[in-house]
Parts: sequence; structure tokens; C-alpha cells
Amino acid sequence: MASVLVFIDVPGLPLPRASRELLTIASELGQPAVASPRALSDEVLQALGDYGVASVYEPEEELPDVLIAAKSAFLAETAQAAEAAAVLLGNSFEDREVAARTGIKLGSGVITDAVAVAPDFSVTKSVLAGSYTSTCRVQTGIPVITVKANSVEPVPAQASAVPERHRVAVPDAGPAARVTGRTEKRVSGRPELSEARVIVAGGRGMDGDFTPVENLADALGGAVGASRAATDAGWIEHSAQVGQTGKTVSPQLYISAGISGAIQQKAGMQTAKVIVAVNKDADAPVFEIADFGIVGDVFSVLPQATEEIKKRRS
Amino acid sequence: MQESADRPLNIVVLVKHVPDAQFDRHLSGPAHTLDRSESILSELDEYALETALQLAEARGGQAAGNMVTALTMGPDAAVNAVKKSLQMGAYQGVHVNDAALAGSDAAATSLVLAAAVQHAAGTPGAPAMPDLVLTGMASTDGETSLVPAQLAERLQLAQITFAAEINVLDVDGAATVRARRDGDSFSETLEAPLPALVSVTDQANEPRYPNFKGIMAAKKKTITVLSLQDLGIEPEHTGVAGSWTSVAASAPRPPRSAGTIITDDGNAGVALVDFLAASKLI
Repeated sequence: MASVLVFIDVPGLPLPRASRELLTIASELGQPAVASPRALSDEVLQALGDYGVASVYEPEEELPDVLIAAKSAFLAETAQAAEAAAVLLGNSFEDREVAARTGIKLGSGVITDAVAVAPDFSVTKSVLAGSYTSTCRVQTGIPVITVKANSVEPVPAQASAVPERHRVAVPDAGPAARVTGRTEKRVSGRPELSEARVIVAGGRGMDGDFTPVENLADALGGAVGASRAATDAGWIEHSAQVGQTGKTVSPQLYISAGISGAIQQKAGMQTAKVIVAVNKDADAPVFEIADFGIVGDVFSVLPQATEEIKKRRS
Repeated sequence: MQESADRPLNIVVLVKHVPDAQFDRHLSGPAHTLDRSESILSELDEYALETALQLAEARGGQAAGNMVTALTMGPDAAVNAVKKSLQMGAYQGVHVNDAALAGSDAAATSLVLAAAVQHAAGTPGAPAMPDLVLTGMASTDGETSLVPAQLAERLQLAQITFAAEINVLDVDGAATVRARRDGDSFSETLEAPLPALVSVTDQANEPRYPNFKGIMAAKKKTITVLSLQDLGIEPEHTGVAGSWTSVAASAPRPPRSAGTIITDDGNAGVALVDFLAASKLI
């Protein structure tokens, strides 16, 4: 069976859901193998084995901190060493850039934003901010595909494998940027926005106070998102922005609070499985796409819902 | 370490005409390509152009030997993105226009742009590598964000993406671009030697509006039109035929039907949780 190579950057334990989804898709398509730009611990190796991974590829020498360029050089080299039938990556900005450069190195077509990959490697993806669905194929080279999070339910392999380690010699990646400084921000403990299964997002209607949004997100174990109006106003950090100029998300549940739902915002969230909207303006466009809408005050509806969830859990 | 304001910069800004995202957008034709008949300069490219203009102006502008070239590729209408860029203040424009380009994917587009960037930065007959290639953080239509990375790969340029702040300075005697990038849990500083490719986010600056003087001045600026032959690229390497990916089918996503809408009677928070429970979301 042909090997399907999954690029997993910074694998930690437990394995992130997005990685487990990629491994699940890979095992439906062929024999899953993993390319990791960093050396893996034995524990991570075993966790990968639980998903049927038989081969793991690591760089022979530690990659210098040169971001995309070196990772792409490593991945292209690994794809050839593994004789991969296809390469799968996540859909984060960085993974897409690694895919882009790997594609040029391999002379392979790249498809992003996949939501499904068929056995013949044809790809279903959403385009134009989710308003169209298209089916694409890679015509040249081995398919390099970036897959959106929440595309499949992760399923471990029926029989665990014990992955074999392979070392890959990485050629010089050419001129590259380097990181010269790094400031950690406050860690929220909430899931990553682009991978979260539940997102509670606030907009202009939050009027500077995101507490009700944060409390509901925490009660649901979700991430906090925001409209451009809210991030531009400085009520919450820019990285929380969902929309055309922010992140595109496809969670199981998206709760929109005090967001009108103009095209800018809709572009980032309309592929969510279930949309709940709370807005005091009954004419807000968000109600046109909401599965459940509440015309009401976010400052009473959200806290009441948060309390109710806690009550039912206890 | 100080800013090398004396050194003029040769900057190429990639600009793209896109359908106005405020309106419905459609895929059509045998290759499922985007209808661009009503198109505008991609809003996100304006931040890249503004960055270029500020870097050039800090070094004495055009009079001091700086160059800011707006480069686009596409059919006749694509020139609108260049015209708007010239009105905002770009010094010259380049438009790659060739019937064989229609339907190019990211790989084919980056192949053409790699040649075009060097033509745009050079003089006729003498292509040159610019100091900086600047792009927006994404296009508002294709949204794949592949082209800048593939262009950097083809030109072997150092690459910094999603810069929220950018400057060019001397670091140990070498011209260096320094940028700040904000992630979810961190903010980092990146440095790359020139020449480099940098994509700029909408946090980087506030793009200027073309004023009357700018609009009049733009009429006198040069827009060079290049064909594939001018770039020395065979037509079979571009367009639908030269692309490494193809689109087999496309369909509008079924519109989301509006669900239940209720008005808060004092218990809507509880109703919300009932809905989540019924949908097996909690």
C-alpha cells in the first residue's frame, strides 16, 4: 500500500485533534507515515503508532530556526525518501506556506482548504469564503493537500503499529528569515481558534466588555472569537478576529454575540456546522444564517446560558 | 544599529484586481474560474503598497533613487489595480497581460510573476532582483495564500509573512528587513537579509486615499504591458493547460436556511442551552 505522508509540526501530547484528523484521512487513503521537522519522543512515537503510523521521518540534524524554508526543504526531501503517494498538511497559515514551497520543490500541484479527500486523491474544498464548493485534482506531481480542521472524526487504527524512525538529510534551504526575538503572550488555556470545536464570538454589541463571551466559551470548553469591529476597537487581541481579514473557522458550534453578520464576518464562519446568534437587532443579517437565533440583550442571555450549563453539569 | 535612510530601495508590490467582496461572487465557464468583470484593487494589497511608499519616502522618495513598482497579471481589467496603485502613489506600473494566462493556478501564476518581478525591477533588456517584494496578507478572492510563498521559493528569496510592522535597517553592515509578527500566543521579531519577500497584514498601517493631485499625477505615470513572450515564458506552462491543479466541478453551497428565531422573554439563555442539548452539542 502506498504511503501517505502527514506533516506534523510541533507534535505534543495528547496529539492535537487536527493531527489525529490528518492521520485518520491518511489511513483511509494508504499507509500513514509522518514527517516531523523536530525529533520526537518515544511517547509521541507510540501515540502516532496508535493511529497506524508505521514510519516516522525526522531531520538527520536539528533544523536551524529558519521557519518555512527549512521545513519545506525537509518535507520535500522526505516525500521523495518515503515515495509518498500524497502529502497532507494542516490548513494553518504556516502549514499552507510549507505546502506551497514544497509543491514548487517537488514540481507538485498544491490544493488548500480541503474538507474531504477521495481515494483517487480528488479533493473537495470550499472556496469564495464558503459560498462555493469545488472538486479539484492535482494534475502534476504527487498531490500536496492542506486539510481544514473538523473535516473528519479522528479514529485510531484497529491495530497499533510500532513506528520505525528514519533520518532524512536536509539540503541547504537557501536564504531565510530568522527569529531574533519572541514575546509570549498571556496563555488563556483555551483551544486554538482555528481548530476549536466550539467558538463563542463577540462583536460591536459587546460594547467593550468581553467577559460574558469569555465565560460562556469557558463553560463550553471553547475558544473566543471576535468581529473586526471588536478587534479594531481594541476590546480583544487582533488574533481573535474571525472573518475575511482574520481567521476562517469551521467549528461544530459557533455562537455569535452582538455581531451583525456582515459579509466580512460571514466569510470567516459560514461553514460552521451549527450557528447560534444573539443580537438585540432583529434585522441583523446574522439571523439569516443562524440555526437558532435570539433577539435579546447579550448581557442577560449569555450569563443566563452560562449559569444554566454549569447547573446542568453539576 | 541605525536606519540606513541613505540607501534607496527598489520595491515591487504585487497588486491584484478582485471581485468586490461586498457583492455576490460567481464561478463560471468550463474551468470554473472567477467572474472578475466588476473588480477592484484587493483591499489587502493597499497595506503592502502603503508600506512600500512609506519605506521609499523615508529614504527621499523617487528623487533619491527609490523605486516603487505596482505589478499585476491578468486580463485587460486587471490594469485597474495598477491604476489605483499609481493614484495612491506608486511610481510606475507593470501589467502582465496575455490570453494564455487565463485559469492559471498558484504554480503557474508564481512562474510568471517570478519572471515579471525581475522585469519590473530592472530596465528594458536587463532584468534585476528588487530589494523587496511586498504583497498583501492574502487575496480576498482565491484565499489560498500560496502565491507569495511559491514566488519566494522560485526566486530563492528570504520570506517573512504576516508582518504587522516592517522596517529596513542596517544590521552589522547588511541591509536587513525587520518585521513583527503576531501569533495567537506570542509576538515575534523576524529578520531577513535583502532581497526578501514580505507579506503585510492589515495591522501594518492605514493606507492613504488617492487625492486629486495623486489622481492627476497618475495619468502621467508609465504602465508597461508585458506579454509571455516578453518574459520568455512558453504559453503551455501557464493557464489552465500549464497549471498543476485543475477544478473538475464547482457548485454554489446550498444557502443556509434560517432556523428558529425567538425573542428573549427572560428565559432565552435557558432556551439556548435546551437547543444545544437537543443538538447534542453539550
